[in-house]
Amino acid sequence: MKLPTRLAALAAAALVVAACAPQTSDNSSSDTDDKTGTLRVWLFQEVGNKPKEQVVDSAVAAFEKAHKGAKVDVEYIPVDTRAQRVKAAFNDPKSAPDVMEYGNTDTAGYVQDGGLLDVTEDFGDWSEAKATDPTAKQSVTVDGKLYGAPFYVGVRALYYRTDVFEELGLHVPKTMAELATTARKIRAAKPELYGLVVGGAYTYGAMPFVWANGGELATGKSGSYASGIDSAAARKGITAYTSLFSDDNCPAAKCAGMGGNDTITAFAAGKAGMAIGGDFSHTAVEAGKVKGEYAVVPLPGVTSGSIAPAFAGGNNIGVLKSTSHRTLAVQLMEALASKKTQASLFDAMGFLPTFTDVRDQAAAKEPFVKPFVQTLTAGTKFVPASPAWSQIDSSLVLPTMFQEVVSGKKDVAAASAEAAKKMDAAFGSVG
Amino acid sequence: MTVTDTAVVEKRTPPSTPPVRRRRSRAGRTPWLYLAPALVVLAALLAYPVYQLGLISLFRYTQAQVSGGEPTAFRGFGNYADVFSDDQFWQVLASTVVFAAACVVSTLAVGCALAVLLTRVRAVPRLALMLAAMGAWATPAVTGSTVWLFLFDPDFGPVNRLLGLGDHSWTYGRLSAFFLVLLEVVWCSFPFVMVTVYAGIRSVPSEVLEAAALDGASQWRIWRSVLAPMLRPILVVVTIQSVIWDFKVFTQIYVMTNGGGIAGQNLVLNVYAYQQAFASSQYGLGSAIGVVMLLILLAVTLVYLRLLRRQGEEL
Repeated sequence: MKLPTRLAALAAAALVVAACAPQTSDNSSSDTDDKTGTLRVWLFQEVGNKPKEQVVDSAVAAFEKAHKGAKVDVEYIPVDTRAQRVKAAFNDPKSAPDVMEYGNTDTAGYVQDGGLLDVTEDFGDWSEAKATDPTAKQSVTVDGKLYGAPFYVGVRALYYRTDVFEELGLHVPKTMAELATTARKIRAAKPELYGLVVGGAYTYGAMPFVWANGGELATGKSGSYASGIDSAAARKGITAYTSLFSDDNCPAAKCAGMGGNDTITAFAAGKAGMAIGGDFSHTAVEAGKVKGEYAVVPLPGVTSGSIAPAFAGGNNIGVLKSTSHRTLAVQLMEALASKKTQASLFDAMGFLPTFTDVRDQAAAKEPFVKPFVQTLTAGTKFVPASPAWSQIDSSLVLPTMFQEVVSGKKDVAAASAEAAKKMDAAFGSVG
Repeated sequence: MTVTDTAVVEKRTPPSTPPVRRRRSRAGRTPWLYLAPALVVLAALLAYPVYQLGLISLFRYTQAQVSGGEPTAFRGFGNYADVFSDDQFWQVLASTVVFAAACVVSTLAVGCALAVLLTRVRAVPRLALMLAAMGAWATPAVTGSTVWLFLFDPDFGPVNRLLGLGDHSWTYGRLSAFFLVLLEVVWCSFPFVMVTVYAGIRSVPSEVLEAAALDGASQWRIWRSVLAPMLRPILVVVTIQSVIWDFKVFTQIYVMTNGGGIAGQNLVLNVYAYQQAFASSQYGLGSAIGVVMLLILLAVTLVYLRLLRRQGEEL
């Protein structure tokens, strides 16, 4: 008699708790599909945004001309606070844009949040889509469905000082092992320089070493990933990268805490013989001391002549689920990510196009991007298309692993095993 | 005789009791009436958020749930279990406690010493010290942290040049990084202690201090036996404030050790909660850590007040 009463009380308590569950917003897709009205667009505010605005303005003008009664309102949002803006947009569909630019590592997370519209069919019908680079396409794909159009890509390659190499009679390294010996030679001859400047918190500079050795971040398919960071091949890559943090190249005391930007700053200021930087780092390096005294080649792989797989960063353009102009918004997305817009955007901002044919034309026009296009052509890698990635990224699982090894707190086996455990927990928690 | 006596007593007491009772019951209600506006504001701004915090900590509540991509799910104490089963949480908790304690002790020592100094110097140096302290107090934490970091920068910082340390990195070692942050925390929080304690000292009757001086007490003795006991209520408030501030330190660690130091060696609870939970929108987990922090701080404050009460001090 007593037990049932207690159970009933428990059930009642559970009901009360369930009744006051925290707030959620209704973000189901809108049924309306207006053919006229104002479309709101959010694009990222870049450093030196003017040229981007001009390209976008002309694309928008053409779009408005082709679609009578449609008006486009473009807003540039700061990159630093984009996460908050996008979360707010998902929470309050009324203030959300119809079309937005987003970083490609965020794709899976935004899809899980229920914010992005599935455009698989539209993308299939789009005539220009056939020339899309497969890795770029992978970066808008979750569970076999497409959630946007690739806007531009960014990859990293090896920057080196031509004057230093000439003075010391060095050759451009052909393999990863040669890269390390060349770096040490530079440091030995010029102790005021880092040989190859590396950073303990520079995940995307470190991953090519893991990938070149045959390691993977994670294996598996959509939904069920398992970490691969503790495999033998991955450990070999981690060892190769972390062994660069030594007094004869880049002392751990100074380099362990560095991130990607710090390494580029050091290189641009003339404090390093080599650095791993992106096509997007070009402006920063040009503005530095080393202008005119450096060149770029693809980061060498393990075997001579091979190229280490790079991380394919970049941004996409997507349509929000809450849009009330579905057809128009998808067309606007295609207009903004079209071959024409991407080609002018490359001229204006140097962003690498996601269409292979447009990219080849760009490389022919601007020799600087050649090593980056070569790197892209050789094959790039992408982060696991799982919403867990944003969790793994923001809880610094990989930087912690590299820093533990670099600072001697743990050996490669222990650090990578722990990182794998944390990654698996994250993959498991998102189901 | 006795009968009339008691009758007299009885006759006298009844009229006198009701007014007392009435006054008492009115006294019971009136303070609440006066407190009501403050209580309403407190309830809205404090109790409700704490209630929400507790509520969210029982759910699986991430961005997907907030924006309606997935339904909310009740997890009971699942979030707490996740937190407590993480070894790193316990390490971070331990270093937070030790670090906060070191910060509180250093802040109080520096603040009180300078407050005493303020009463001993002339107007001009006093003004200079006050202005310097106000400057430190008014500096935003991010700016202060960045400037301190620059002062100790291995390549460009003046401190290394002054001490002849070459390119020694202060943020590489765990203890030296914590020490650097401690300096910044003390620098930006001692003015509050100094100004409050200084105001307290000024309100101590000068006869008392004079008497102590005439008795030949040293400065330290005056502080220990006269000022400290008299300033006790002020010191209590300042200590509790400092404990709460230093336990919750975020900006200094986040900026100066680049989000928790090499391999997370300089993490404190707040930064840990941010990285593990809020940065990746796991609000349920973050709320659970928040509740744990709240309980720890409440416990510390209550135990401290209790100790004082036992020593016979009314606050």
